[in-house]
Amino acid sequence: MTDHATLVPTPPAARGRAGAMRGVRIWLAALLLGLGPAPALMAQDDSADAGQAATASQDASATLAPLLAELGGAGYREKQALVARMVALGAPNTRLALRAFLDGALYQRAADGKVFIAVEDGDDHYSLTDPLTGAAAGGASGGLKRIRTNNALRKALRQAIAQFELSDPDAAVRLASARELVDDLDEDTVALLRQRAPVEKDAEVLAEIETGLALADLGSADAEGRMAAIEHLRGSMKTAVYNRLNLIAEGDPDTAVRKAAAAAVRGIDGWRKVYGWIETLFFGMSLGSVLVLAAIGLAITFGVMGVINMAHGELMMIGAYTTYCMQLLMPEHIGLSMVLSIPAAFIVSGAFGVAIERGIVRFLYGRPLETLLATFGLSLILQQLVRSIFSPLNRSVSTPDFMSGTLQINEALSLTYNRLYIIVFALIVFVLLQLILKRTTLGLKVRAVSQNRAMARAMGIRSEWVDAATFGLGAGIAGVAGVALSQLTNVGPNLGQSYIIDSFMVVVFGGVGNLWGTLISGLSLGVINKLLEPYSGAVLAKILVLVFLILFIQRRPRGLFPHKGRAAEGH
Amino acid sequence: MAASSLLSRLLPMRDDRGSSAFFVVLLAVAVAVPILHLAVPEGSALHLSTYTVTLLGKYLSYALLAVALDLIWGYCGILSLGHTAFFALGGYAMGMYLMRQIGSRGVYGDPVLPDFMVFLDWKALPWFWHGFDMFWFAMLMVVLAPGVLAYVFGWFAFRSRVTGVYLSIITQALTYALLLAFFRNEMGFGGNNGLTDFKDLLGYDLQSSNTRVALFLCTAIALGLGYAASRYIVGSRFGRVIEAVRDAEARTRFIGYKVENYKLWLFTFSAALAGIAGALYVPQVGIINPGEFAPINSIEVVVWVAIGGRGTLYGAVVGALLVNYAKTVLTGALPEIWLYALGALFVVVTVFLPQGIVGLLRRKEATA
Repeated sequence: MTDHATLVPTPPAARGRAGAMRGVRIWLAALLLGLGPAPALMAQDDSADAGQAATASQDASATLAPLLAELGGAGYREKQALVARMVALGAPNTRLALRAFLDGALYQRAADGKVFIAVEDGDDHYSLTDPLTGAAAGGASGGLKRIRTNNALRKALRQAIAQFELSDPDAAVRLASARELVDDLDEDTVALLRQRAPVEKDAEVLAEIETGLALADLGSADAEGRMAAIEHLRGSMKTAVYNRLNLIAEGDPDTAVRKAAAAAVRGIDGWRKVYGWIETLFFGMSLGSVLVLAAIGLAITFGVMGVINMAHGELMMIGAYTTYCMQLLMPEHIGLSMVLSIPAAFIVSGAFGVAIERGIVRFLYGRPLETLLATFGLSLILQQLVRSIFSPLNRSVSTPDFMSGTLQINEALSLTYNRLYIIVFALIVFVLLQLILKRTTLGLKVRAVSQNRAMARAMGIRSEWVDAATFGLGAGIAGVAGVALSQLTNVGPNLGQSYIIDSFMVVVFGGVGNLWGTLISGLSLGVINKLLEPYSGAVLAKILVLVFLILFIQRRPRGLFPHKGRAAEGH
Repeated sequence: MAASSLLSRLLPMRDDRGSSAFFVVLLAVAVAVPILHLAVPEGSALHLSTYTVTLLGKYLSYALLAVALDLIWGYCGILSLGHTAFFALGGYAMGMYLMRQIGSRGVYGDPVLPDFMVFLDWKALPWFWHGFDMFWFAMLMVVLAPGVLAYVFGWFAFRSRVTGVYLSIITQALTYALLLAFFRNEMGFGGNNGLTDFKDLLGYDLQSSNTRVALFLCTAIALGLGYAASRYIVGSRFGRVIEAVRDAEARTRFIGYKVENYKLWLFTFSAALAGIAGALYVPQVGIINPGEFAPINSIEVVVWVAIGGRGTLYGAVVGALLVNYAKTVLTGALPEIWLYALGALFVVVTVFLPQGIVGLLRRKEATA
């Protein structure tokens, strides 16, 4: 990108004009530094340029164009002055242009000297946006020269952008900007924040600004002021605050201030630890939810029916591939396809499950070890089927917008949305399944058949039909779990294999035939795993959990929540 | 024929034509293979290549593993889904001996440390690698490492009366945990790559065809002895109790037998047998890596036994040989088809042939 940019000569016209304007710009730069970069102040000034800012804004965007064009040929100091003039103009799209400039995405076209925001979208091909209107302006390959920045210029740019953003009508933009400023405080930014503080209405933005001001006050000359600032910063989770307080706790001339700062640091340390625990718990819960999702279908087929379904992992794989297919069907609506994948995967995997039950498993009731072998054979067939139809390679499933990103609670704690959704999703699936088993006729029949098949049949329940439905239900849940897994891991023929052992562990740990046990064991195994990880590393944590499980089963061979009564012996 | 009748007089093999046939065939193969390889000239259609000899040796070590599994599954009802863990441990013990034999011929030329340790910048041999330069010690470990693990594991499991599906799943957890552990470089077993680049065994070059034939013969002898020992056990009083445990564990206990002790010793013996099979397997294939611990391998062994017919011992041998031969042929000719075929075999055998191929033959005999 840079190679090609330097090859293009700067248009001579732009260079000439830039030279002529140099005097004015240097003067303006001095003005900017002296008065602070607030646009309001600039507008009151009686210089020619500032007067223009007061006129109508469509006018302003017209005058922004030559300023932008001049950027290409200007030296760094001239660029700085040009930026100051743009700020003074206050044209509506100035922020867009400055942001692009800061990101190094502002280019000048060699042919006509026009300036564009360019994003490389392929091999040496750029898609262009007009910074004046924000509208797309076609594409270009070559013939573009990047407008470069240096450190001082980037600082000025950040400041200028923050100035725009702090007065943005959108509170979220103001908050982001305030955060950025607080992380990088100096006299100018403090001035900006002080100016904004009295007019700010949004509580969150105001809190951020006040944190910034308190941070600035930590440098104040009188101990009283510093004490007040420490008092204010006590509960803050910002890294900048923490580092600053640490410095003060060690090096402040006033003993009382040092003590207060040290106390505040201890307090923050305590909270950080708490947030660290919450984060570990969250990671553990999300891993646990995946385990629950993977195991809960198995808990039905294994627990309720006494059938060991080694093809359970492959049923999850089928669910994941169903998601992939749904995305292929509607590539424009990833979010919608995701939602539709859930019932689709349930139906597809459920149908497979019913077919497996009717075709194989029903011949093997009462011989659990043999269902294990037969379904294992089936899992090999299904894996190979997927390899033949799709490919042995992993397929990529895209993440819908609402599932990407993080929920930033504070600087010490941020939760990713996809994990959050998985936890919620697992709980929903669990509750639905409980409702089906406890509140529907099907559930009643399933429980009856699992407790006493002969008696249930005598009462007129068609046990064969119930078997098929139960197996289908377990398989369908596996498919739904597959939809969730498609968001977390690679969708490939080996997807199921990597989860099957973990799933069995969860079911056995929880106690066979007990959905609550499965929920609790899945979540706790996930949390245990994540608690161990920082000390032992991921692999060793897993080994330790396996060893723990092996020992646990010795102590309680029927799991955490064993089935009571005679039925337990039957499994 | 003379040998087999001698054996059947020595061992309590009442009316066991399968075992007699096994010994006859094994003897015939053990005699024929070296002759066909060494005496028949290379151009002849009857000549067996070194590759084939090694392949047959590999099959025989698998057969020994299958016998070990059949002993506990077929006769005692303990379905171990982690038997390749013992197989792999025996293999690692042999591999460690072979690594030490490389000496300074490795890529880095360190006289003591194997290449992967030099690569990891280790300065000294870990304590558990000491002694493996001595053949007798390595051979002891081939039996002891899996045996002790099985004893400890079984001591916990059988005393707590973990049975059936639960036992199967924790054996699977065991091999899975070992798989993960051996993948770690810090364990000191070569991590992901395992142990390989072996040069010689007791001074004999592993690449030479004479050594290959000798290894094949050793495997055949080990299979014969292992089979005979297993046969002896199941035919003895001990074996009777074992079968009683399989059929009615609670009753056997109430009669007064210490069920867990019977199970424990049988399980330990079976694990040691699997370890020997692994030790014979490694020099023939030339590598041992953590992949051998994969739970899927253990399940595959179960399928060999199921297909051959469990509770007969010779059925296990038949199953191991047939499935592995089919695997070699199919993965060579139609790699796509292999998993379909194996999967279908699982399903068909468990659903329609619960007694395996041997059971099918017996039933035919009975109706005839």
